Amino acid sequence: MRIHAEVNGEAREFETKGSESLLFVLADQLGLPGAKGACEQGECGSCSVMLDGRLVCSCLVMAVDVDGSEIVTVEGLGRSGLHPVQKALVDSGAVQCGFCTPGFVVAAAALLDENPVPSSDEIREALSGNICRCTGYGAILRGLDSLAGNR
Amino acid sequence: MEVIRPADIQEAAAALAENPGAVPLAGGTDLMVEVNFGHIRPSAVITLRRVEEIQELSRRRIGAGVTFRDLETGDHRALAQLARTIGSPQIRAAGTIGGNIGTASPAGDSLPFLAGLDARIELRSAARGARLVPWDEFFIGVKQTSKRPDELITAVLLPEDLPDRQEFAKIGQRSAMVISIVAACVFRWRGGRTRVALGSVGPTPIRCRRAEDMISNERNPGESALDEFARIVSEEVRPITDHRGTEDYRRHSSGVLARRLLERCLAS
Repeated sequence: MRIHAEVNGEAREFETKGSESLLFVLADQLGLPGAKGACEQGECGSCSVMLDGRLVCSCLVMAVDVDGSEIVTVEGLGRSGLHPVQKALVDSGAVQCGFCTPGFVVAAAALLDENPVPSSDEIREALSGNICRCTGYGAILRGLDSLAGNR
Repeated sequence: MEVIRPADIQEAAAALAENPGAVPLAGGTDLMVEVNFGHIRPSAVITLRRVEEIQELSRRRIGAGVTFRDLETGDHRALAQLARTIGSPQIRAAGTIGGNIGTASPAGDSLPFLAGLDARIELRSAARGARLVPWDEFFIGVKQTSKRPDELITAVLLPEDLPDRQEFAKIGQRSAMVISIVAACVFRWRGGRTRVALGSVGPTPIRCRRAEDMISNERNPGESALDEFARIVSEEVRPITDHRGTEDYRRHSSGVLARRLLERCLAS
């Protein structure tokens, strides 16, 4: 089935084969490998994207359901230089293996869209759906706290 | 796979009648896990995310398509509390109350809320229109409901006489992305009437009716009444032992949790 969607501000179209996820289509057909597939059950947050303004796990979105939708992936956040969240994570040395980083970047950017000055607790709650298997949470939270002016 | 995109709920019900194997798709947070792991290969899906009638949210009617994210800030304190504990922000932005009801997991976190308030589930089919099913006739077993194959869940209806105080809490290994070991809702009306419902401690949500009768007669329950209330709740639940917790742990925590929530309801 032919699906039309706005992806990172551009009109894109793709063909679905069946019930595959948006995550699969992003990497396989749209050349956007930023969202990462790991658990494929919504547990890890590595595949986080914005769908119609809401942070979701792209592994849990059936690709056929995004016809007419707006999608923003991590690639869409850093198009004119680093996004402030990316800069903050670089500055705090928040990347170890880096696999979870795109998901954290999208989740944190979604939080700041809604709440530009989140408290430390609000940051933790907003990132509760993202798992870092290197357990590098300290540096991630430090980076975002300093971006939000919490110190 | 066939994709049916109904414009309204009537079209959706008609599509389900014409395609008996079609799978309704709303938030996808339960369905896509099954799809990703190859447990389900739908021959057809009916997309419901943009069907407006099921997005309606008012004090006594909650559309099946309302997401937990939208319920986090709603009118009902216990519903808002439980919504905020479901999954993660990503899951809450997609997952709907209708999906939670349809999946009918023993650990479905919205289920104790519905049970404690004697909510009714609204179902719609092309052949018979809408019907209302009381929660205790809807949830009939582990992941089993009395919904017929040609019916869609369209809304939850709450009673007119809503409680003055309501509290929810659950126990899990961490504060996000957990499947509840015990979940509990307590409702209290001025005058004493009390309702207690728990999840994850039986095949369906459990109402503790003996504990309710006992505590509803106590206008200002003291320590001994609260102890007795907790003891009866622990007796009335029907938990099993599994990898998340033992029967004993769940019985004990059910009483502790129900008592704690009742105390919160009683605090001025």
